[in-house]
Amino acid sequence: MTKFIRKQRYLIDFTLSSLLRRKTKNLGLLLVYTLIVFILASVMLFTHALRSEAGIILQESPEIILQRMVAGRHALMPAEYLEKIGRVRGVVRKEGRLWGYFYDYATKSNYTMMAAPDKGLSNSEVIIGAGIARVRWLGIGDFISFNSFDGKTYTFEVKEILDSESELVSSDLVLMSETAWRTTLGVPEGYFTDIVLSVRNPREVSKIAGKLTLKLPDTRPILRDEILRTYDSVFAWRQGITFVLLAGAVLAFVIFAWDKASGLSAEEKREIGILKAVGWETGDVLHMKFWEGGIISLSAFMLGYLAAYVHVFYGSAVLFEPVLKGWAVLYPEFHPVPFIDGMQVATLFFFTVFPYTVATIIPIWRASITDPDTVMR
Amino acid sequence: MLIELNDIRKVFNQGKHNEFSAIRGISLQIEPNKVTCLKGASGSGKTTLLSMIGCLSRPTSGRITLGEQNISGLPERFLTDIRRHTFGFIFQKFNLIQGLSVLENIMLPAYPLGTPHEALMDYAHSLLGHFGLSRLSTSPVEWLSGGEAQRVAICRAMINDPEILIADEPTANLDSKLSREFMGLVDDLHQSGKTVLITSHDPIVFDSPVINRVVEMCDGQVLKDEPCY
Repeated sequence: MTKFIRKQRYLIDFTLSSLLRRKTKNLGLLLVYTLIVFILASVMLFTHALRSEAGIILQESPEIILQRMVAGRHALMPAEYLEKIGRVRGVVRKEGRLWGYFYDYATKSNYTMMAAPDKGLSNSEVIIGAGIARVRWLGIGDFISFNSFDGKTYTFEVKEILDSESELVSSDLVLMSETAWRTTLGVPEGYFTDIVLSVRNPREVSKIAGKLTLKLPDTRPILRDEILRTYDSVFAWRQGITFVLLAGAVLAFVIFAWDKASGLSAEEKREIGILKAVGWETGDVLHMKFWEGGIISLSAFMLGYLAAYVHVFYGSAVLFEPVLKGWAVLYPEFHPVPFIDGMQVATLFFFTVFPYTVATIIPIWRASITDPDTVMR
Repeated sequence: MLIELNDIRKVFNQGKHNEFSAIRGISLQIEPNKVTCLKGASGSGKTTLLSMIGCLSRPTSGRITLGEQNISGLPERFLTDIRRHTFGFIFQKFNLIQGLSVLENIMLPAYPLGTPHEALMDYAHSLLGHFGLSRLSTSPVEWLSGGEAQRVAICRAMINDPEILIADEPTANLDSKLSREFMGLVDDLHQSGKTVLITSHDPIVFDSPVINRVVEMCDGQVLKDEPCY
């Protein structure tokens, strides 16, 4: 056993010195390989982080959102519908929400305006999301104006800026009192945007949704699970699009690896002949080449994954933010919680190391079965 | 260890239009602890014969026995094992691996054996010392002169302490002074108990007093086989 280990150590020693002898070629390969792993790992880590982050935030949202439909479109919800719902078994809370959008010409961006009666805001105070604070250069105590539906301008004092923990969904949010909201957006008393219901037992959600549809046939219930599913597929779709765009780069890498491996130089072939003539077996040459491929692919994998980890979790994935987050103007500054998923690492390993190994093994095997007497001729 | 060749034939591209018989029925006995020279012009078949004796290739027909063992029909793995333990090779163009140091080149044949590192280093250094190469141990081999490169090749051939040394046209790339020096080294090896088998068409080699026997070849056959006194 120790003899076997000693032999492997000698082979690794020889492999390392071989790699150093062809520094430029191998460093080039390592660089391209690392870059590919870095890009793929960044997309995977970032999309996964986005999905789980969105999931965590939405876990706290109500189980059912009830919207009124008129002519197939979302319409305002009369306040009396709260009474019409009445007492449904399993529902622990029901309330009307007021929310809408405001287009800011100055920054060419949409804000989400929401009434927040529980925040204790006066009619001249607002709480804003971190994205708005960034684009409007606002701090606590500064003032922000909104044009109301009837052309008047109302100015509000920024009382608070929402923390960055929830920035993924609160970047463009403006919270204000109910009165201020109705005055600015022009929704009369007695109407809400929608109604939210909290349900104690998650397994009863669809049953309750069915009951609501019967009681209020002009409404549609939207379940939290459906929203989660939509987020999931949106992020998966974006990941897919990114991967398709990257497919060209991956293909280029495979061609590069194939070319590198199949194009074993005359010098390398001669070396294999010498090694066989001085007493190396085909198996020894294959072992040596296995270590060479292993050292390159594992180094590239680890360096690429580490760089992607730092890029996503410490650099906020600056390279992929626009395409993966998808916010129109107010990109959230989002710091995902670092994690490593074994399955994801294994998938990435399979899709990067395996093709390289396959691309290189056959030409190497063909070279390693060279007759040892070729060096005599 | 006695090497015995019995009606050895080697045919290249057998069955094809360019079929060529390199060795045509050679029978020989190569005695242990002697320096034997296979002499002949280029294309006479001496290198082909040498590569079969050294387990680098197999004969098309005939039998080669090494001591008691018939090696002519062995699969590659067994031939490699015999080659690495029994033979040391000194090639015409030295065949050192560029970019590696002198010491690394010398130790290469021992890597697959898994010899303990310290013992291997000690032996390699003692060989370097014996052949006057100690100061060059860390130099890359491409810095060496022809004579130095050949001495490195001899050290490499000796690293697994083989019983038989095989040298293919060893003086082809050396001037006459270095060729005579080489024959001096062959004499040392002979004195230390090694069997040496050389191919050459250089008179410095086959007329050297170090040679015990000259086998002259022509067109894949033995023309003359005579001991030297």
